Amino acid sequence: MSAGLRYAAIAIGLALLATLPMWVGNSYYINIASQILLFAVFALALNVLVGYAGLVSLGHAGLFAIAGYSGALLLQAGYSHLVADSAAIGIALVAAAVFAALALRSTGIGFLMITLALGQIVWGVAYRWASLTNGDNGVNVSTRPAPFGLSLSNAPSFYFATLIVFLLAIASMAVFVRSPFGASLRGTRDQARRMNALGYNVWLIRFLAIVFSGFWTGVSGLLFIYYNQFISPQVSALTSSAEVLLMVISGGTATLLGPVAGAAIVVIMKNVVSAYIERWNLVLGVIFVVIISFMPEGLVPGSVRLVRWVWGKLQAKPGAPATLPSEERVP
Amino acid sequence: MFTPINSAQAAILAANSLALGGLLFLLSSGFSLIFGLMRIPNLMHGSFFMLGAYLGVSLLGWGTNFWLAAVLSGLAVAAIGGVIERLLLRRLEGQVLPQVLLTLGFAFIIADICLMVWTGDPWQPAAPAELRGAVQAFGMFFPLYRLAILGVAVVIAIALWIMVDWTRLGAMIRAGVDDPPIARVVGIKVSQLFTLIFCLGAALAAFAGVIGAPYLSVYPGLDFEMLPLALIVVILGGSGSLLGTLVGSFLIGFLYNFGQAMFRDLAYVILFLPMLLVLVLRPQGLFGRNVA
Repeated sequence: MSAGLRYAAIAIGLALLATLPMWVGNSYYINIASQILLFAVFALALNVLVGYAGLVSLGHAGLFAIAGYSGALLLQAGYSHLVADSAAIGIALVAAAVFAALALRSTGIGFLMITLALGQIVWGVAYRWASLTNGDNGVNVSTRPAPFGLSLSNAPSFYFATLIVFLLAIASMAVFVRSPFGASLRGTRDQARRMNALGYNVWLIRFLAIVFSGFWTGVSGLLFIYYNQFISPQVSALTSSAEVLLMVISGGTATLLGPVAGAAIVVIMKNVVSAYIERWNLVLGVIFVVIISFMPEGLVPGSVRLVRWVWGKLQAKPGAPATLPSEERVP
Repeated sequence: MFTPINSAQAAILAANSLALGGLLFLLSSGFSLIFGLMRIPNLMHGSFFMLGAYLGVSLLGWGTNFWLAAVLSGLAVAAIGGVIERLLLRRLEGQVLPQVLLTLGFAFIIADICLMVWTGDPWQPAAPAELRGAVQAFGMFFPLYRLAILGVAVVIAIALWIMVDWTRLGAMIRAGVDDPPIARVVGIKVSQLFTLIFCLGAALAAFAGVIGAPYLSVYPGLDFEMLPLALIVVILGGSGSLLGTLVGSFLIGFLYNFGQAMFRDLAYVILFLPMLLVLVLRPQGLFGRNVA
């Protein structure tokens, strides 16, 4: 794609996003769009680790919930939105640093297991420490903030606020990916030993990446409590971590737009499925299995590959061997 | 926040801890062997436990003998595990992350199917008739069935230990745990071992589910409560080490019961503290070796 086409596509995309409440109209669909954007921020944050650092976290819902619960409890205690939100982000950053310090004792599968266990601790605290978190009944958030005097109580205004945060998030990701730091992070993913030999502090690079990811995870957690005006232990459950991981891998990891597409796919599917049957977990599991078994590179690139393959077969001369251009490994 | 306990309560808690430790050993030994050999944490291990328990509930409902139900349920879940390993995990050999995510996907599928079949109500089958009641020792009463669970776990632990340390099969498993490529070179069919160990682990988990059901009862969410416990046990004990699994299981059994009684709110956090300590001080686990 040439640069001109690329900018035109970005401009059209921005225009569509900015005018969405006008052409969608119905507030139910505007709310779904807000959900997609807030989960896109979450998925982008996780993609920093899964895609660019090669570290798969199954405890990110824990960080998400830590920010959400901190914000909700501080608001309930009577603090202003500004104080509560800043403190919540601060707590999320500290939590991310603690997660990082522990989980980076190991990489690969060990990292995954430790983050899973840490996520379960957060769930355990949210669920069992009832005197702090109100247990299974959750915490209500009575008001949404009104930045610069603009109320966010109706669907379109909240959508625009979420859109602005989303654009900031994706812009920061774009800068991050192109920065020397982003390059060194990818270096630690692909060739950790060589990076080490070249004098890079692999541990520190990974640590900072986790804290960066924790920041946007915290922001999305705050968006979540303002959107739902409620938070319960379910948010920190393993299912939630799996859902956001599914967003990242279904859209295609280590791309800017993959997690956004994945968030849209998962949120829309969840809303559609839940409208007809109460079997979201089953559907979630089946999608996981199908994607991993048949489209390991993600739904979007996977579908493109399948279409190309079919197209190639149609165009190929009869009798000519059709090859499958896939990432299938040669033993 | 802190609730003091007296010595009578402590004795009962100790009996419960031993029973839970035994169950955790049955659950985690399979998890640990699978992890040691195949290098993947099997995230459906808790689901095997829960599915086994539910199958046991149904078998008992049809009037099957308790121990027969536990064995049959173990065999059924072993078959399910074997099919998943042969047909799907096998396709992804060498790709660790997709394998793990595949087991996670199946964990969700199994959880939802169980919810569909056995509904959301908890089930608590009765313990076998000959093991109901209590035994008196040191002037206190202990529920007999809890001690029976411990006994069964000890018998299986000894059997596993003999198998791993003293048989040809065990030697092959140890070779596979230490160095799969070299094990292959000397003619060990490592991929067959994978299936065997996967089935064995699934069977042990399901068996534990059935014999644990009269004590823990069976309910939706049991799978994801047991899975982290198995994870902690293996992180504590070190993967592929039976002794480590044994020590880790009983440590967690005691922490869980005493933590619940003494620090209700923070019981879950206390459970994870030793894991965090081990991670910081000895990342390979208490009895783990540094395998590359």
